[in-house]
Amino acid sequence: MDIFLQQLVNGLVLGSIYALVALGYTMVYGILGLINFAHGDICMIGALTALTVAQTLAAMGLPLPLVLLLSVLAAVLVCIALGVSIERVAYRPLRHAPRLAPLITAIGVSILLQYSAALIWGKQYFSMPELVKPSEIALAGVHLTDLQVFIFILACTVMAGLLWFIRSSRMGRAMRATEQNPEVAGLMGVDVNRVIAFTFLLGSAIGAVAGVMVVLYYGIGHYFMGFMLGLKAFTAAVLGGIGNVAGAMLGGLLLGVIESLAAGYIGDLTGGVLGSNYRDIFAFLVLILVLVFRPSGIMGQHTGDRA
Amino acid sequence: MLRANVLRAGLSRVIGLVTGVAFAFTLSGCGQDAPPPKPKAEAPKPPAIVTVRIGSASPLTGPQAHIGIDIRNGVQLAIEDANAANVEIGGSKIQFELVAEDDEANPTKATTVAQKLVDAKVAAVVGHFNSGASIPASKIYSDAGIPQISPSSTNPKYTLQGFKTTFRVVAHDDQQGPTLGRFATGNLKAKAIAVIDDSTAYGQGLADAFEATAKAAGAKMVAREHTTDKDNDFKAILTKIKGKKPDLVMFGGIDPQAGPMVKQMAQLGIKAKYIGGDGMQTPNFIKLADKYSEGVMASMPGLPKEKMPGGKAFLEKYKTKFNAEVELFAPMGYDAVMVFIDAMKRAGSTDPAKFLPEVGKTRLDGVIGPIAFDEKGDLVNGPITIYVVKGGKWEPLETVTPGGAAEAKPAEAPMAAPADKPAAAPAAEKK
Repeated sequence: MDIFLQQLVNGLVLGSIYALVALGYTMVYGILGLINFAHGDICMIGALTALTVAQTLAAMGLPLPLVLLLSVLAAVLVCIALGVSIERVAYRPLRHAPRLAPLITAIGVSILLQYSAALIWGKQYFSMPELVKPSEIALAGVHLTDLQVFIFILACTVMAGLLWFIRSSRMGRAMRATEQNPEVAGLMGVDVNRVIAFTFLLGSAIGAVAGVMVVLYYGIGHYFMGFMLGLKAFTAAVLGGIGNVAGAMLGGLLLGVIESLAAGYIGDLTGGVLGSNYRDIFAFLVLILVLVFRPSGIMGQHTGDRA
Repeated sequence: MLRANVLRAGLSRVIGLVTGVAFAFTLSGCGQDAPPPKPKAEAPKPPAIVTVRIGSASPLTGPQAHIGIDIRNGVQLAIEDANAANVEIGGSKIQFELVAEDDEANPTKATTVAQKLVDAKVAAVVGHFNSGASIPASKIYSDAGIPQISPSSTNPKYTLQGFKTTFRVVAHDDQQGPTLGRFATGNLKAKAIAVIDDSTAYGQGLADAFEATAKAAGAKMVAREHTTDKDNDFKAILTKIKGKKPDLVMFGGIDPQAGPMVKQMAQLGIKAKYIGGDGMQTPNFIKLADKYSEGVMASMPGLPKEKMPGGKAFLEKYKTKFNAEVELFAPMGYDAVMVFIDAMKRAGSTDPAKFLPEVGKTRLDGVIGPIAFDEKGDLVNGPITIYVVKGGKWEPLETVTPGGAAEAKPAEAPMAAPADKPAAAPAAEKK
């Protein structure tokens, strides 16, 4: 039983990371109807930026909490700048082009970011200095670290904050108006360009934080880490109903738990025919089933032209 | 949005196709004007300087780049030494030239690189690093008649293909795996063992050989798990393993996985010992696993770097030249070049067709020790050393020579039966 609980905890933490990344996907999709494939790579840039800053500052002997704060700050700033300029350069000129065009550009931007990172940082694996010394919590046979708890709480907080922001703030109202009809929103005095730029700003900032969490949690980063992360987060967003903030959170957690349990029990269930290296099959199998039986995702509304 | 996914796959397929077609053109273009390398020493004017190219193929980018660059540096060092020694073969002065290629630790890229080296008319190739790369590439070298020495590929299959051109200067996994297995059950007295591999030719081969020996020695295999050479979340499989309460975890794989895995083991509160093969016996592993690396053990074919006959001088030379520590296989890369040059000297020719038979007859005292090959091209009596991380450094624990007795533990001698018999050996040798 404690093994099962431990797998559940593993899955929830992994899922929280997916959820953090998925929030960025879903927000941009919700407003623009654009799948920003470069989002996973923005997380990667954030992660590597934080890693570099942390390595440099930790080597200078600064106190670790300060190093952590500064690296998160640096990552967020770099990603915001990156996200907003990508929107300006690669997506805005194509806003009225056929749907396929910005999608292709997004893939292009993703590849561009990956190989720019390969040029800047090189292709090897980097190890993150241990900024937070995770202290262990043992609960009913389950091993937890405070970092894991923090990641879970952070994901929940970001989601709740985002929900509140979109529902209650002035900018949130503008975002919802833009989502429903950009032209009419523009006629009503909403600066559509600014709203969309802000969406990218917010999404990239959350992405940066997600990237930092990944390197903090796993302790390593490399230029290609954004690809699989992005793909999984995208799956999570679709699973939960893309465009729906709470759905992204739910989808992320669900995907994490499915993966974790599949890796843990697939071998026993199939009598050793399939090994734990087949766990991704289960994750994507769930995606296919959801798309077949509920194409709009678990929490998504059926909107016809989207999803 | 699913279409997006398909599109992405489709796009990469299109790119692959375009590259493939372009590559095919290059090949057919080269095919016409690239007959099997001409004997370069044929030039009748003795004093002329003849350039002989030596290929080096290893991952120069990617997670394993540090190991691949290490090999290339070893090859480069050997070539510089040979050039400084003014080697004369067949009456002409020879200038050796390095052609280093990046195979990205990727089997597909490895064949491309192999073809590139053949087209560049190299006389011999040192490479590749990964077994998964060396095996597909060896066919291309064999077809071109170019001798290949892998400094590091330990999968037994590499030399079992019947090619006359494949050699290696390390002990293979049917020697390394059983040595690890005997060490785990003998010295460490492991009773319940969990085995993880990274689903590559190297990792799986090593883990299989380990498992067979440990099982035969009476240990219980409580779990056999697989990950991949790209993954870095092992929490799920480690949790599963934790439930089986092993006293030892063996990993067949490379350091980018081994490092984080050891960390995550500690976080999950798994107290079992951790042991692996040469792929993780690197300084990089200690960097990645940080303080959790303490007490981890790994085997490495060959003598400890410092104990190699030419080790000390080599390590110093390497350090001055590259301002870096030897990671793993630089001495093997260096010796591989020396084996080629030695064979060329004995044959009096730099033509692969002429000096290839001489490679098999090598009797050379290299940096790594005495080098001789059996009829398959495997190193005869390659020693294997087991290391442990102590104080943030790999310290040699004990050296085992297959075919000879274990140095430290005489009790193990009966088990250390010759492992230079082919693949079936590990199961067969334990009664």
